[in-house]
Amino acid sequence: MQAVVVLLGVILIMFLLIHVIPGGEARAALGPRASQSQLHAFDRQNGLTLPLWDQFFRYVWSLVRFRLGDSVSQNQTVGALIANRLPKTIILVGFSTLVALVVAIPLGILQVIRRNKPVDYALTGVSFVLYAVPTFLLGTLLILWFSADIKVFPAEAPQGQSIGSILGDPRALILPVLTLAAVTIASFSRYMRSSMMEAMTEDYIRTARAKGAAPRRVLYIHALRNAIIPIITLLGLSIGAIVSGAVITEDVFNFPGMGKLAVDSATRLDIPVLLGTTFVATVATVAGNLIADLLYAIVDPRIRYARA
Amino acid sequence: MPEPEDLERLAPPGLTGEFPPSSVVADRRALLESTELADDLTPAAGGEVTSSGGALRRILEVFVQNRLAVVGLVIIVVMVLFCTIGPFFYSTNQTNAELALSTPLNGPPNGSHLLGTDDKGFDILGRLMYGGQRSLVVGLAAALMATLFGVVYGAIAGFAGGPVDAFLMRIVDVLLSIPALFLLIVLAVIFHTSLPLLIIVIAFVSWLIPARLIRGETLTLRVREYVQAVRVMGGGGTRIVGRHIIPNTVGTIVVNATFQVADAILLLAALGYLGLGLPLPQTDWGSMLSNGVNYAFNGYWWEIYPAGVCIVLVVVAFNFVGDALRDSLEVRLQRR
Repeated sequence: MQAVVVLLGVILIMFLLIHVIPGGEARAALGPRASQSQLHAFDRQNGLTLPLWDQFFRYVWSLVRFRLGDSVSQNQTVGALIANRLPKTIILVGFSTLVALVVAIPLGILQVIRRNKPVDYALTGVSFVLYAVPTFLLGTLLILWFSADIKVFPAEAPQGQSIGSILGDPRALILPVLTLAAVTIASFSRYMRSSMMEAMTEDYIRTARAKGAAPRRVLYIHALRNAIIPIITLLGLSIGAIVSGAVITEDVFNFPGMGKLAVDSATRLDIPVLLGTTFVATVATVAGNLIADLLYAIVDPRIRYARA
Repeated sequence: MPEPEDLERLAPPGLTGEFPPSSVVADRRALLESTELADDLTPAAGGEVTSSGGALRRILEVFVQNRLAVVGLVIIVVMVLFCTIGPFFYSTNQTNAELALSTPLNGPPNGSHLLGTDDKGFDILGRLMYGGQRSLVVGLAAALMATLFGVVYGAIAGFAGGPVDAFLMRIVDVLLSIPALFLLIVLAVIFHTSLPLLIIVIAFVSWLIPARLIRGETLTLRVREYVQAVRVMGGGGTRIVGRHIIPNTVGTIVVNATFQVADAILLLAALGYLGLGLPLPQTDWGSMLSNGVNYAFNGYWWEIYPAGVCIVLVVVAFNFVGDALRDSLEVRLQRR
């Protein structure tokens, strides 16, 4: 229910954004040299002469059916463009999130085991720096070091149309995945560290110790299982951020995904495509939040949402 | 159970800023709001804010003891001096395009150009100062705007409660669910960029977090005895919010504002990279980097590393300071 309200709000905002484009949508689509009559024809064809509320309902209805309009720079529908690009972005985001989890969780645990020791401080420092390095800079540096200086990895993602072409060249995926994973690793390992620290102060840890459980068992069974729950939520809530990061990463590595599509349409002033990608990214974020909420209750039986 | 709200208190929100998107912090804050444990975060539980000498001195003491914070503060001060006073000692031409005729393009560092020149003949060291002014101004101004608006918005929503609160916070939910970078790109494309507009656009995607934070705190503050006392004495809503509620959230506000500056600088850099930054001959660190990245394969390291180091240093410095500020406010709580 909440998710539906949010999505309707997002649609309203996008609708408003289209209507505040200086010069109007027709001018943005047809360019500065379009004549007055051409602008009028565009308005009539696209229903822009209808009353605003009517336009809004048509807009909502078309989005519900996933009709996102037509690109003004490429002779395709926005839906077709995104359908072609989205799976590739999902591959990139999926792999990098996986890598981030696999790296960040052990890092956080390590920091708790060695808390306030040099290793802990060093890793904290690294996470601060990783967080502060702009994604595009990190991507470029990785290209410089690993594709220009020592030619280990290609500097560009595979350019094929099909999804298979992306998966068929795993070496080309490594740098983009690492670039996108870096910031996630920085924030997740920080959260993991504090989540573990928090868990270690709980009563059940003292109880487990009092019963004579081995330190390893206390750490990996009692503390870890509880500490990892917030990370699941965090993951769901991070979808929007990771997708934002994917935009930059895809641009750096010329990765033919949805983020690159968004950036390209921004430079071409292709507003329908730009808004279409924004809409899809938002749907993904809302879905991520929703799944996080549901998972939270499933993973931790102590949490039960009151049935409304 | 590991309380997520405690987790939030321990983890630096700075680590979930721009990239790690705003929605992360905000949604954890939403958890926090729902459990009403937020008064852990309120700096002072007195009536009017208790920034008496003793409390302030203790905050300062703890802050100074934190070596990272001092390092961060020194970096910030040095960077600000570098960008503002630097040009008086190292004066360069940062505006004329015909410069290209008289200076080497993409020249390596040498005696007359300490950090070399870029592809248009601009001196890189001078450009770092010139672009840094803009990066810092945008970062500070956007953070200030976002914080001011977010605080007032959140305080009003929390204090009003009921349907007003629900309506105002749904707007925040909606804006937060659009990934920040997409929203930023759309806004930057629709409104052509200039310095003031960039500030407004970045503030527009950043005010949501402070709004949620302050709304959560207001919910717990508005039922305190001293607020009721003001009511009994005939103080109106404006007075309660302005004189009693907002001053009592000042700790949260300051900590969050510090992280906001860092995140705004990163957002500006991302926009600059996407070519949506300031138009030439103006520049900022992100645009400089973006420009240098084009020559990454030519070995012109001086066009990449200096601007990159500046961004990373300043962002890390603001995160250090924010972290330390939060810690010192918490220590004050513990001693109370």
